Amino acid sequence: MTQSTKSNLQPETGAFYQRDRAMHPPGYAPGYKTSVLRSPRYALLSLNNTISEITGPVFGHNMIGELDDDLIYNFAKPGESAIGQRIIVHGRILDERGVGVPGALLEVWQANAAGRYRHRNEGYIAPLDPNFGGCGRVITDENGYYRYRTIKPGPYPWPNGVNDWRPAHIHFSVFGAGFAQRLISQMYFEGDPLIPLCPIVNTIPNKADIDRLVAPLDMGETIPMDARAYKFDIVLRGRRSTLFENRKEGN
Amino acid sequence: MVQDLGRLKESPSQTAGPYVHIGLTPNHADINGIYGEDLGKAMVSDETKGERITITGRIFDGSGSVLRDGVVEIWQADAAGLYNSPSELRGDADPNFTGWGRTGVDWETGQYRFETIKPGRVPFPDGRMQAPHVTFWIVARGINIGLQTRMYLGDEATANAEDPVLTRIELQVRVPTLIAARDGDTYTFDIHLQGENETVFFDI
Repeated sequence: MTQSTKSNLQPETGAFYQRDRAMHPPGYAPGYKTSVLRSPRYALLSLNNTISEITGPVFGHNMIGELDDDLIYNFAKPGESAIGQRIIVHGRILDERGVGVPGALLEVWQANAAGRYRHRNEGYIAPLDPNFGGCGRVITDENGYYRYRTIKPGPYPWPNGVNDWRPAHIHFSVFGAGFAQRLISQMYFEGDPLIPLCPIVNTIPNKADIDRLVAPLDMGETIPMDARAYKFDIVLRGRRSTLFENRKEGN
Repeated sequence: MVQDLGRLKESPSQTAGPYVHIGLTPNHADINGIYGEDLGKAMVSDETKGERITITGRIFDGSGSVLRDGVVEIWQADAAGLYNSPSELRGDADPNFTGWGRTGVDWETGQYRFETIKPGRVPFPDGRMQAPHVTFWIVARGINIGLQTRMYLGDEATANAEDPVLTRIELQVRVPTLIAARDGDTYTFDIHLQGENETVFFDI
């Protein structure tokens, strides 16, 4: 995170586009019971970005370990591997202008093939896989492209309604160029019949926006006799040109 | 008909869920050996410039119960008021201070804790100086989209009184929810997701 990696290109400093809060899930979404007591009741304070939100931490490729992007092997004993359907997840991190976001840190976490998380608060009866930890991370290349390898997570039941099940999903966390772009969400898999039944999925008001979290099977990138591929693009907030910002000292 | 703006839409948020620690703070979740150390755990080294401070607090839900499964991130300027970011064009920030921290709250007490330095002042877009502040971002099970807020410093009353953001809050009675009391070198900043002392959260 030192300044020595600065390129000759002038970095962008424009404010980010206003977030479309009506597209995102509301804080209070009673179908997802835990949100009831964990959602603010007052209106949010809406403000244009200041330098505190336009800036954000940047992570260098050198912090990424050799197996960080390979959940099949990064927790496995030597010579062994995680159990499950081998898949590759790949795609681009873009902003709302359609521009790839280079150097974006993507962190992912997920249940194992049986739908069980390696976590102290987990109570599902399905077994742990001794060779599966459940986390990985990758930094996008100069075009915003990323790729990691894992096993397809299983669906699992959770205490909300009497018989609520989460569709298979991979959680993801993204850092863009500014802290205002910070985003956490979940990726689902094409064809999963549990998607429309899930109270967490359905915190998102519109089906068209839910569809944008569903990754299609990508036979083109599938490696024959090895691993299927799913393609998943992630979009972060876009940002304005700074040319006409109302600043006393100009640009 | 007119031209299409050609814009994409931001991906919708989903809750970080109960197992967020696996992805963001795996060592805190007893998943050791994948990453050397949880990212954002250490903010300062011996070389970092500035006054050492501790920021600590807890997160409360609408029943007054403490959250024991949240993750908190903070982002702040260095002691001279510069951000360690490529978008910072006013000068080079302290190379020994990233300005970013992340931690899971304590499994039993719900307390979070950052060892950092007191931030310098940074300008508002119109050129006025903002009071020193630390940006907070909170995620947890039951939070559908990350909650952003700011911590201001209790020992900066003069700067706080003229801060362009604090003075813009219509319900001035809520301003104290953003101000952390200082005791020695420790600032305590409790966050109330809901209830009588609900923290001011930002759409920014």
